[in-house]
Amino acid sequence: MSATAVHSLWTTAGGMASAAPAEKFKAPVIEYTQLTPVLIVIGVAVVGVLVEAFVPRRARYYTQVFLAVVALAAAFAAVVGLAAGGYGTTKAHIAAMGAIAIDGPTLFLQGTILLTALVAVFTFAERRLDPASHGNQVDSFAAQAASVPGSDSEKAAVRAGFTTTEVFPLVLFSVAGMLVFPAANDLLTLFVALEVFSLPLYLLCAVARRKRLMSQEAAVKYFLLGAFSSAFLLFGIALLYGYAGSVSYAAIAHVVDGSVTQIDPALADTMGNDALLLIGGAMILTGLLFKVGAVPFHMWTPDVYQGAPTPVTGFMAAATKVAAFGALLRLLYVVLPGLAWDWRPVMWAVAIVTMLGGAIVAITQTDIKRLLAYSSIAHAGFILAGVIATTPDGISSVLFYLGAYSFVTVGAFAVVTLVRDAGGEATHLSKWAGLGRRSPLVAAVFAVFLLAFAGIPLTSGFAGKFAVFKAAAEGGAGGLVVVGVISSAIAAFFYIRVIVLMFFSEPKADGPTVAVPSPLTMTTIAVGVAVTLVLGLAPQYFLDLAGQAGVFVR
Amino acid sequence: MSFPLLTATAALPAIGAVATAAVPAARRTAAKWLALIFSLATLVLAGIALARFEPGGARYQLTESHAWIKDFGVRYELGVDGIGVALMALTALLIPFVILAGWHDADPLETKSSRWRPTQGFFALILMVEAMVILSFEATDVFLFYILFEAMLIPMYFLIGGFGDRAHTGSDENAAAQRSYAAVKFLLYNLVGGLVMLAAVIGLYVVAGTFSLSEIAEARANGSLSMATGTERWLFLGFFFAFAVKAPLWPLHTWLPNAMGEATSPVAVLITAVVDKVGTFAMLRFCLQLFPEASKWATPVIIVLALISIVYGALLAVGQRDIKRLIAYASISHFGFIILGIFAMTSQGQSGATLYMVNHGISTAALMLVAGFLITRRGSRLIADYGGVQKVAPILAGTFLIGGLATLSLPGLAPFVSEFLVLVGAFSAYPAAGIIATTGIVLAALYVLVLYQRTMTGPVKAEVQGMADLKVRELVVVLPLIALLLFLGVYPKPLTEIVNPAVQHTMSDVQKKDPQPEVEAAK
Repeated sequence: MSATAVHSLWTTAGGMASAAPAEKFKAPVIEYTQLTPVLIVIGVAVVGVLVEAFVPRRARYYTQVFLAVVALAAAFAAVVGLAAGGYGTTKAHIAAMGAIAIDGPTLFLQGTILLTALVAVFTFAERRLDPASHGNQVDSFAAQAASVPGSDSEKAAVRAGFTTTEVFPLVLFSVAGMLVFPAANDLLTLFVALEVFSLPLYLLCAVARRKRLMSQEAAVKYFLLGAFSSAFLLFGIALLYGYAGSVSYAAIAHVVDGSVTQIDPALADTMGNDALLLIGGAMILTGLLFKVGAVPFHMWTPDVYQGAPTPVTGFMAAATKVAAFGALLRLLYVVLPGLAWDWRPVMWAVAIVTMLGGAIVAITQTDIKRLLAYSSIAHAGFILAGVIATTPDGISSVLFYLGAYSFVTVGAFAVVTLVRDAGGEATHLSKWAGLGRRSPLVAAVFAVFLLAFAGIPLTSGFAGKFAVFKAAAEGGAGGLVVVGVISSAIAAFFYIRVIVLMFFSEPKADGPTVAVPSPLTMTTIAVGVAVTLVLGLAPQYFLDLAGQAGVFVR
Repeated sequence: MSFPLLTATAALPAIGAVATAAVPAARRTAAKWLALIFSLATLVLAGIALARFEPGGARYQLTESHAWIKDFGVRYELGVDGIGVALMALTALLIPFVILAGWHDADPLETKSSRWRPTQGFFALILMVEAMVILSFEATDVFLFYILFEAMLIPMYFLIGGFGDRAHTGSDENAAAQRSYAAVKFLLYNLVGGLVMLAAVIGLYVVAGTFSLSEIAEARANGSLSMATGTERWLFLGFFFAFAVKAPLWPLHTWLPNAMGEATSPVAVLITAVVDKVGTFAMLRFCLQLFPEASKWATPVIIVLALISIVYGALLAVGQRDIKRLIAYASISHFGFIILGIFAMTSQGQSGATLYMVNHGISTAALMLVAGFLITRRGSRLIADYGGVQKVAPILAGTFLIGGLATLSLPGLAPFVSEFLVLVGAFSAYPAAGIIATTGIVLAALYVLVLYQRTMTGPVKAEVQGMADLKVRELVVVLPLIALLLFLGVYPKPLTEIVNPAVQHTMSDVQKKDPQPEVEAAK
């Protein structure tokens, strides 16, 4: 006799006893303490908006940076507190009236997102790289995002020393959405979370201080394609609702299993119709694969990565991927496990083209940011190999990979912000020639990140890749491992090419200089290197953590 | 717990690498001495390990075992058998000579910015390679071995690409391009090999559930682990491919001439005498031990490839115009012999192959380092640019000749013993293979003697006039190596005693007995 059965008796009894509609309506129960990470971030984001309105301009930057750092740190502390309280394992449950799942993957991914965002925010706040304009220290963001590039109003804004401090509340809103995204336990929450984290990102992409037109173009492209994919997702949600009569993950899973026999009379025509399930499921997957940047939904990635301000690119590349893969995992493992025979071949194909496509196209790139974009596509393919494993090991390996990958990514983009010439960041690869001779330390650090991307042993990239491939092989996807190995070899070629360029080419006379960053960016890079090496040499603790976290609550 | 001797032997050069790298830019000489001292201390530790090793004792000795990555079933497990300890000692022995020989190779041409410290980097990278190679000879966990096998590529890559031979033919820019091409080719070949092996390593884990050599061997012995024939063959191929690239075996050898040609001579020695040995060592330890049936299945093809390597390498060596590339092709020929000895699956063959690894290391080091001294003096790698050196620099010519004679396996020098054993072993199992391999010796005589004749004898060329003879530092490098070649050529017993029991273990892994002479039966 299970608790749910008792529960349903009660509800039916309650329903029969009370005819009055007022009594049928129950006040929702929200477990506020378990939502603290999200609430802290959203709350501070709102405060950040108020700061923009009421705090004098001079004090805004410091206030915003302080608020953002405190919010992210506090939210991370809350996640750790929840995990210590056993919400990741024994007390894992579904909270907020079925909207949010508090379980191992949720807490692990939320922790990863928060830490990544924290170190990424340091690069947002960096003000020493760009030369001071009119005596004001400036960051990577436009003086006034609303002013037309090249116009008088822009010049006036620059002269007045404005800075776009709105980026900090925007990041916080985005982080809040990302925190909810992998935790969402019904399709509507999923959609809302998606929009909450995507909209601020579209804006953030558009506010670069330099190359503003490119930045705005990237934002428009991202927005249009993102809106397109949101539409796919929403359409898929509608179809799945038609199929299952509910947007709740558990309810849909039951209908897929065939363990629900009662049919909602209003949906009698469509409920249980497999066509709806397959089309709806495919559309939702499309929406999520767009966010993770898997081939063939990857078109936006290189343009957006290149055009967005580099700190935003780093944050987006790391945190979006974590959140989106979390949501994808939950969808496939909680909602559609009964459909695994249908989605596995599709995901096989997607994983294969993603791994190979990302690696092959990356070879031809000449811009470091575009190169990293294609590399991130190839990595999405590797992670998909772990997703396909459909074993507990698969979940934990993906969690581990995401943790390892996100710190490498943030670190690598932080290094990109340092290499500059007169036009701002020197992202064209030819300008990186001989960097290793001019600034050995920066080049060495970047080489460490590249080797981690390439999955060379003793870096976190290898541990992650090994975990994912092992899970895939054990899950019966040996073929994917072989493809993964081949594309790793292809990918190694272009990572190595950058290292060759940095260390074995003669420096050019008009080459870029390496700006000396403030302790903020240094912290970001140092954390990135430390995590890369620690996860490479002694990953056991974090594998344990991911292993414990690798169970979804249903 | 006893003193972790094996860990210490590998850790010492690693610490030395960090220490050397940390030396300030201006104190170049201090960095060199520091590296030399660390390499000598490592040699002492390796000597202690060699002395503590009991040839008649357990298969793996001086073992250490610690938990490492539980989730992957990986342990930090070390242990050496006779083959491992011999190669470990060889590595520790050669590195001080490599460092001494490369004493001035990484001096900055001009004092650039104070942050650019090529000398420190050069010696730190050499020590890093030493640490990883030594640890890979000691690892008895497949995963640990794999990590080192892959990771050692990175310092090697920087050594090849970052510190090229100053004696080049073309312009500076051209040389830099060729060097970076050689480095990338080296890295990509080996990385692809390694990644194929990664798939096989994962496959092995899926099948066996552990990476520990001893556990797998035990599970095989008591029948709890049996591999399907097809699986075993695929896994074997995955492992063998990586080792064949590293060794290198024809047709995966093309990176070696580039890498050895473009690298400085000490680094070329590091490649062929030290790092490549990991490939042939791993064939013995991992291919034969983990996949005995598949090894036997693949033997005919591998023997054919080894024979092609022997003859093809020797033929191309004859045709080379570049001294260093000639030695590289000679090495390819010699690696063919080693692989032939391993896969002949006779005890003479395998003992011979192991001895060959050690002797080839010493003889190639001697020849290559002297060649390096010669090339530094004249500034050219082309054979045609030399002539009559023996009149100007008799000691240099003499040591070059001894190194060359060792390379062609003259009786009385160490390589003769091993080559003879390999040929006997191969002949008793596959007579035809033994006969074909013998042509490799004839060709070796040709390429070595022609090389000597063209460079050292004849009229003294104008550019060679006034060439200085070997200096004290160079003599310190060359003479001990030559003494060792002579000693092991006359009295190889200490080495065979250590190696033979390990070979017997491997033979019993593949369940092969030596073919008995059939004279009695015929009567």
